[in-house]
Amino acid sequence: MSGGTLILLALAIPFVAALLIPLFHKQPNVRETVTLLAAVLLAIDIYTLLPMVLAGEVPMLGTLEVMPGLEIAFSVEPLGMIFACVAATLWIVNSIYSIGYMRGNREPRQTSFYVCFAVAISATMGIAFSENLFTIFLFYEILTLSTYPLVTHKGNDAARIGGRIYLTLLLGTSMMLLLPAIIWTGAVAGTLTFVKGGILPETLSPALVGVLLFLFVYGIGKAAVMPIHFWLPAAMVAPTPVSALLHAVAVVKAGVFTVTKVVVYVFGVDYLVNAGTADWMMWVAGFTVIVASLVALRQDNLKKRLAYSTISQLSYVVLAASILTPISLVGAAVHIAAHAVSKITLFFAAGSIYTAAHVTEVSQMNGIGRRMPWTMGAFAIGALSMIGVPPTAGFLSKWFILSGAYSAEAWLAVGVVILSTALNAGYFLPIVYSAFLRKEDENHAKDHGNHGEAPLPIVIALTATAAGTVLLFLFPGQLVTLAKMMMGIGQ
Amino acid sequence: MTEQGLHLADQLPALQIALPLTGAVLCALIDRRGFGWFIATLVSFAMPVISIMMLAQVLTTGPISYAFGGWEPPYGIEYRVDIVNGFLLVLVSLMGAVVMPYARRSVAAEIAENKQAWFYCVYLLCLAGLLGMAITGDAFNAFVFMEISSLAMYVLIALGSDRRALVAAYQYLILGTMGATFYVIGVGLLFAMTGTLNFVDMAERIVAVEQTRPVLAALAFITVGMCLKLALFPLHVWLPNAYTGAPSVATVFIASTATKVAVYLLLRYYFSIFGAAFVFEDLPVTPILLIMSVAAMYIASAVAIFQSNIKRMLAYSSVAQIGYITLGIAEATPLGLTGAIVHLFNHALMKGALFMVMGCIAFRIGNCRLNNMAGIGRRMPITMAAFVIAGLSLIGVPGTVGFISKWYLALAAIENGWWWLAFLIMGSSFLAVIYIGRVIEMAWFREPTGAAAEATEPPLSMLITTWVLAGACIAFGIDSEMTAGVASQAAEALFAGLR
Repeated sequence: MSGGTLILLALAIPFVAALLIPLFHKQPNVRETVTLLAAVLLAIDIYTLLPMVLAGEVPMLGTLEVMPGLEIAFSVEPLGMIFACVAATLWIVNSIYSIGYMRGNREPRQTSFYVCFAVAISATMGIAFSENLFTIFLFYEILTLSTYPLVTHKGNDAARIGGRIYLTLLLGTSMMLLLPAIIWTGAVAGTLTFVKGGILPETLSPALVGVLLFLFVYGIGKAAVMPIHFWLPAAMVAPTPVSALLHAVAVVKAGVFTVTKVVVYVFGVDYLVNAGTADWMMWVAGFTVIVASLVALRQDNLKKRLAYSTISQLSYVVLAASILTPISLVGAAVHIAAHAVSKITLFFAAGSIYTAAHVTEVSQMNGIGRRMPWTMGAFAIGALSMIGVPPTAGFLSKWFILSGAYSAEAWLAVGVVILSTALNAGYFLPIVYSAFLRKEDENHAKDHGNHGEAPLPIVIALTATAAGTVLLFLFPGQLVTLAKMMMGIGQ
Repeated sequence: MTEQGLHLADQLPALQIALPLTGAVLCALIDRRGFGWFIATLVSFAMPVISIMMLAQVLTTGPISYAFGGWEPPYGIEYRVDIVNGFLLVLVSLMGAVVMPYARRSVAAEIAENKQAWFYCVYLLCLAGLLGMAITGDAFNAFVFMEISSLAMYVLIALGSDRRALVAAYQYLILGTMGATFYVIGVGLLFAMTGTLNFVDMAERIVAVEQTRPVLAALAFITVGMCLKLALFPLHVWLPNAYTGAPSVATVFIASTATKVAVYLLLRYYFSIFGAAFVFEDLPVTPILLIMSVAAMYIASAVAIFQSNIKRMLAYSSVAQIGYITLGIAEATPLGLTGAIVHLFNHALMKGALFMVMGCIAFRIGNCRLNNMAGIGRRMPITMAAFVIAGLSLIGVPGTVGFISKWYLALAAIENGWWWLAFLIMGSSFLAVIYIGRVIEMAWFREPTGAAAEATEPPLSMLITTWVLAGACIAFGIDSEMTAGVASQAAEALFAGLR
């Protein structure tokens, strides 16, 4: 099959699934089979595409002209390939987990849940394979809109308010900052197509380059750079599989992916270095990393703590991009994958604990590791990866980011990474410690039932992602190759 | 080709008006609702055929000039179709054709049985009036058609089931008449100065007297008169009541056509007769229009957020959207004008779809109050999905028609060097997110209660037509060749002028 067909399939498989799912509204087993089948087919499709990209090809899909100068077009470059692999792989695991979670908690309106989920995956593929700014913007908005019903899923007041914040903040920033930035780029560059090394003309004054970068970084609200991060904790009202989708598979990854893409393919690293007005980005990213970690330290609600941890980890990617050396950008690309697989493990574990014991607070988790050894074991691996301890994937990306920072003598970035490592350890290790080594509270069994592990699909899913976190450390070959191909080094 | 065949193709401009007028008379004479609907549908389906044939001819061989009754222009009345009004004729006639299949069930439900034939009669008069305003090349003839369409509209609005519709119709009668009077005063002044009523002739003769006070006064009168008709903030007060009170079908039709034709007439005067250089460079029309437009975009949108009746909310949203159109005119560049003209079409599509959804809801639950719509998305998912799509268009999400309009308007602003305006345009979309969002939240994310709990999808004839418009919002948002492509040619034709 040609690359173009594979791209089309990557968009079509989840979309067709979204159309089929409502037909089996009354037969949940068939409905879930459709989801799983689509997820497996998508993964096969993406992994057929992978060798082509590794061989240096650039698969493309024909263009559709919306108006002169605006085209819907797709091409696969290494960074998009990484993102697509991450999303496609995790969709399988997340689907298995969703089935266990949604059934275990007897959630209402599961059909619309699976439909929106599939549309979101289709949009994610669109983002990953976009060839130009317009296409990426189109799918970016579709992703926002298709995940809004997921955030509001529960339909109570808290969910509605969470959904409002989610929608207005993401849609608002993208319309008011990102869209003007795109129109501006089109006006000065005459094109919106991504080109390695950037498309902006040298004539643009450095001050305006800084302003344009500002519009992009804050317009891409999904990257959750402070202060545009409120939507992420607000969206915590959603069911856990949705949180996993937001934090690991699609949404925030789409944000940092787009930021990285803009830095590399719209501005170009050298262009930003020459302009010299991108320093502020390192400051805001560093600020976000540290402050979000400090906030996470104070959260007792487990999912909230994870949410702030995500905000902090996302800004690692932005920080890595802002160092503006090839090796740090390799770190940014690797971190997208590494954080995805470890954060999804943590969320799966949180959802597992909720499903089995209805425990939501860290303070209620004393001794829970003995009742749920698989869950908490996976949690421990995810936590180690967040801190960046080998043998987990988090170590890899930190290594690249730090090497990049040293080579560029960006001591601010070095300091931020080191300090945040300590903070990460500070808010994750106590959870692991109390889960395994503290004695269970006296009335735990009375309040939360004499529970054991969560349903099997959940345990399978979180074990798989925990294993993935370790495997990514042991066999990072293709991931790192792709990341280096993006920057044109090490070939 | 035979003599006869040649004639029929030549008579298209006359048929465009004669058919609906004849249809109206037939409806009135026979006075049967089924027959009325049949005639109105027949005529409405014939209209786009005629207008599209004319537009195709204009695009290939240039403007069509038709001497009514064989009296040569500039002495007789000339019907003149170029790209600009050709595009508008297509818009108006297409909306008429889409509305008719929808109308049968909705009119049957909302209007007393003995008045239904009259509804179709008046609707056809309104259609004839609007098409006439667009097609004519004569300043006074335009006034005549304006009156025909306006009088018909007063009746259409007054047919609303709510007694407040009468007040709304009366209010519109007063303000509409004032608008028309202002217009005719302006035309009188121009006639006094140039001695002609024919647009082409006037455009040539006005050059000699351009800087005189009567011509300036004429421009002012025509501007204010037309702005009343097109409901530019703050001359919009008639619009929310009229749209809210009118029967659903009338709202759909009026909202998607009437203000658009008024915009066209304004464009005709600004660009073809007075000339862009005179209007936008010698006179401070740009800042005035700009301020009004931005005020419309923000104030009307903000007011829309607080409406509890969704028809009224959409009416205020229309005032805001008209602001976008006049904004494009104020930008006074081919790009901005393209944005304005394409938004005429795009706004007709999305507002038509949204008001159709409201008609479907009124058909099932009897009113359009937000509080009664809790959970209705779960009972009428296909209908409300159309609302979501058209609502997203209104916001300007990429992949919908609203995005196309905004792109042109913002790009034109940036080309003019007005950075702040680009941000203002985007900022007002954010207000649309709020007012559309609260309907979506109410309809989809609450448990159905009351009448909404028993609601079901509306009849197929209503559902399909609603989706035709909603689907068009996506189709023309993904490929804008037919809309923006023609609009940009129209904008260039306007800048080229008639002289």
